[in-house]
Amino acid sequence: MDKEDYKKYVEGRAKKSSYLKNCSFAFLIGGFICALGQGLRNLYLYLGAWEQDASTLVSISLIFIASILTGLGIFDNIARIAGAGTLVPITGFANAVVSPAIDTKSEGYIFGVGAKIFTIAGPVILYGSLSGVIYGIIYYFTGI
Amino acid sequence: MNDIIKLKNPPHISSYYSVVGSHERSGPLGACFDEYSSDDRFGKDSWEKAESEMQRLALSGAIKRGDFKESDIDALLAGDLLNQCVGSSYGLIDFDIPYIGLYGACSTCALSLALGAILYDSGASSACACVTSSHYCASERQFRFPLEYGGQRTPTSQWTVTGAGAFILSDTGHAKIKEIVFGKSVDMGINDINNMGAAMAPACIDTIKRYFKNSNHTIEDFDLILTGDLGFEGSEILKDLLLREGLDIRDKHADCGLMIYDLDAQDKHAGGSGCGCSASVLAGSVLRNFEASTLNDILFIGTGALMSPMTLYQGGTIPSVAHLVHIGR
Repeated sequence: MDKEDYKKYVEGRAKKSSYLKNCSFAFLIGGFICALGQGLRNLYLYLGAWEQDASTLVSISLIFIASILTGLGIFDNIARIAGAGTLVPITGFANAVVSPAIDTKSEGYIFGVGAKIFTIAGPVILYGSLSGVIYGIIYYFTGI
Repeated sequence: MNDIIKLKNPPHISSYYSVVGSHERSGPLGACFDEYSSDDRFGKDSWEKAESEMQRLALSGAIKRGDFKESDIDALLAGDLLNQCVGSSYGLIDFDIPYIGLYGACSTCALSLALGAILYDSGASSACACVTSSHYCASERQFRFPLEYGGQRTPTSQWTVTGAGAFILSDTGHAKIKEIVFGKSVDMGINDINNMGAAMAPACIDTIKRYFKNSNHTIEDFDLILTGDLGFEGSEILKDLLLREGLDIRDKHADCGLMIYDLDAQDKHAGGSGCGCSASVLAGSVLRNFEASTLNDILFIGTGALMSPMTLYQGGTIPSVAHLVHIGR
């Protein structure tokens, strides 16, 4: 059996993750997070926040909750079931920043937390900012 | 070099000791292990120090159980999964014994037993200790993601065992290391870190084939053909592809990675891995069966995936190795 045949053999027999189960849980838990966000937004508006401030407060609240749950060691247990349901909303981003920070604390605040905190979120921050700049230039010249 | 190294003056495994973490303790072999800690940090302030502590506990335990003195041991062969093998070098620093650091990924336990046996056989050592460990938390953050990162594992992924095993090779004991086959580095183009069983199986197949091709023994002569640690996926591939080559090991085969956890109840996907897996299963369960005479002759094949995260990011595939140790009476 050569390498190509072996790769095909391995891929053919490997048990796949259940798409139906994963998608269902992602939908339900992701949906719950979004509903929670909407609920918080309504609450902040009810309490007298301005429209734009209410949206910002929702992001802050969800990041806060996800960070606390990550610190308590609960987030990864939820994410194991939820998958994209916790990854896609802003909760996933919070977890991606907090989890390396906790992990690298043993190497100190400079070489550990400081240097490694964006190991996972780094690419999102870099390419997110970069595409923002590119789109800004396009918008400036074309207005689209 | 001959494929099979037959030892003229084979050493006994005179003493052995296992140390595990909480998940391993609550697995099917839980009661067999000599020592465990419900705190996976083993009272230390980092996972790496915890792994070193397991090595220290394992070797101290083996020395004590075998009624050895530290000065009786003339060589330490030790390894782990951490960069630069720091689990071993820091863990064993307090022992006043010449230290030989080894890296063979999950094959390290078999590798250390093989090299230790050759040292004894050659007369260079009269009692040497082989120590191996891995720690889930320390390897996870080195090889994969931070511990609290919320990701999903695929069904073929394996779980690094938190455990250590120490063995002392010397003059007396219930089991002898009789033959050795060193593995070749084999790369069949697998690059999925979540399917290491598939990456390691070809190396294991190569070593087993070479053994039976050059040996007078047949599969029936052995009570057990024990691999460590191919997990579910790798074990199935091994049995299937060996059967196609005319070697049916299905009735004799067991895998340390499948023995140490209850895969479904403990949610361990394809089973355990890490060099502490085969070390703790061998010391905790298999050698006890030699002592109880329920096992008399086994082939123990340690399999290791020799990649690093860096080589994988550079587009590399996963080379693997499998070392065989024939343990008999």
